[in-house]
Amino acid sequence: MKRLAFAAALILFATAPFWVGGSFYVNILSQILIGAIFALSLDVLVGYAGLISLGHAGLFGVAAYGVAIALNAGLGHLAAVAIGLGLALAVTALFAVLALRTTGIGFMMITLALGQILWGLAYRWVDLTNGDNGLGASSRPTPFGFSLAAPVAFYYATLIAVCLALVAIAVFTRSAFGASLKGTRDQPRRMTALGYHVWMIRFFAFLFSGFWSAIAGILFFYYNQFISPHALALSASAEVLLMVIAGGSATLYGPVAGAALVVVMKSVASAYIARWNFALGAIFVAIVLFMPEGLVPGTQRLLRRGFNAQRSRASAPAEGG
Amino acid sequence: MTTALELKGLDKSFGGLRVTKGVDLAVVPGERRLIIGPNGAGKTTLFNLITGETKPDRGSVALFGADITGLPSRRRAHLGMARTYQIITLFPKDTLLHNVMLSLLGLTALRWNPWTRLDRNEALRERARAALAAVGLSHLAERPLAQTSYGERRRVEIAMALSQNPRLLLLDEPFAGLSIDERRDVQKLLFNIPREVTLVMIEHDMDTALDLAARISVMHFGEIVVDGTRAEVVAHPKTKEIYLGE
Repeated sequence: MKRLAFAAALILFATAPFWVGGSFYVNILSQILIGAIFALSLDVLVGYAGLISLGHAGLFGVAAYGVAIALNAGLGHLAAVAIGLGLALAVTALFAVLALRTTGIGFMMITLALGQILWGLAYRWVDLTNGDNGLGASSRPTPFGFSLAAPVAFYYATLIAVCLALVAIAVFTRSAFGASLKGTRDQPRRMTALGYHVWMIRFFAFLFSGFWSAIAGILFFYYNQFISPHALALSASAEVLLMVIAGGSATLYGPVAGAALVVVMKSVASAYIARWNFALGAIFVAIVLFMPEGLVPGTQRLLRRGFNAQRSRASAPAEGG
Repeated sequence: MTTALELKGLDKSFGGLRVTKGVDLAVVPGERRLIIGPNGAGKTTLFNLITGETKPDRGSVALFGADITGLPSRRRAHLGMARTYQIITLFPKDTLLHNVMLSLLGLTALRWNPWTRLDRNEALRERARAALAAVGLSHLAERPLAQTSYGERRRVEIAMALSQNPRLLLLDEPFAGLSIDERRDVQKLLFNIPREVTLVMIEHDMDTALDLAARISVMHFGEIVVDGTRAEVVAHPKTKEIYLGE
């Protein structure tokens, strides 16, 4: 059943450029997929480690700036991407060392502060980042000779990246290490007594999360061929956290659904409703009220309940007679 | 003969309150040692000092002759120290089997493996099943822990501790919150633990725990005030004073 749904979704996404109607909508799909990778990366921490980060846009943005700065220094795409990833991983490690001194509210506050520092650097270190004007790139890369310049080509590249992220995160969270990680989320004290190195487990999970945030950030940079400090703002960190919570944390498809919801509201609904922010807020309130576990697990619950009700109705006359 | 556990001059203060005052304790291998004392005597703090969850201000802890005073908690687990908690701390959403598997996983290098699935590891699963069978819970293996009774959870906790093949097992009030029937079950379980495992047990209710231990230490206001065989301790005037308020 789950595999069937996954295959159907994959076919839908793979054929989308042929029926979605124009490159505007293809570009929106690309944005959804980039948002999905970003939300999936955050869910590794929020859902599976129980650590709520409010600074992930910083990691996302550092990767993007790393690529942008390297390109503007005259390096090639491959070197620039390697630099962006390496820089983001180094910053992630620093984030982790500082933030993992605590959990809970303390962790949120430290990640928030670190994210704000990066945003401040992007804004104020004008020599390096060009400040509020941001940094651009004149071209997209051509991996293995395929040009990603056209919207459809770029869309397929992000689709492949999403599939890789889904597989990697599914394997990671279901692994023995994933079980260790969920254990540290639920009972850190007990895990220590059982012989687990709780800090180190969280550190590795943070690095893994940072890696996929960086991938999302690099895709985001190449999608826009531009990066500015706005991508690192607190509102961006909050937005990706909302994607995770709205879609359903600690699930594989929840963050994807959350990303779709936010991007559609932002890009499509905003064309029809001037107060799209208000509409998005109302939707979040509705989700929290009626599906506090998130869209994906909430819908599963409703479907299951509907199915059970139907089955009991079908069997009731036989029992009654 | 080396001791299984040896504490020397363990001191711990929280703010101005000295919770343990120069505690000395020696437990020989295979012993069943009971530490009793009224609420607030410092028993659980003493346990936390032994397991390393709390660092002592002064004094030392030795496990089978090796000084472990500075070792973190997780390393002590790898050296053969296991514990249960007074308030059960398990994984409520997971099945009983998964709870025990996590306990087994903690001592293997597999716990760092980010690609092999844990639920498909047959060797670990079989060992977890055996550990559950040993406490009479095979039939509940696939049930989420949240759907079991308190007494069953206590047995799961003991199964988890024993599955790690500890040399020293610390039991923090294993009978707390149990019904009379459940107490009997747990008592039988503890009786059947092989002698290769040294047991140190805290209780504040003397009656249920007395049968298990040959040697008893009485703790009061952070000090071990009486230490001896069961008969000696029961007859000691200090014990009567503490428990009967004479």
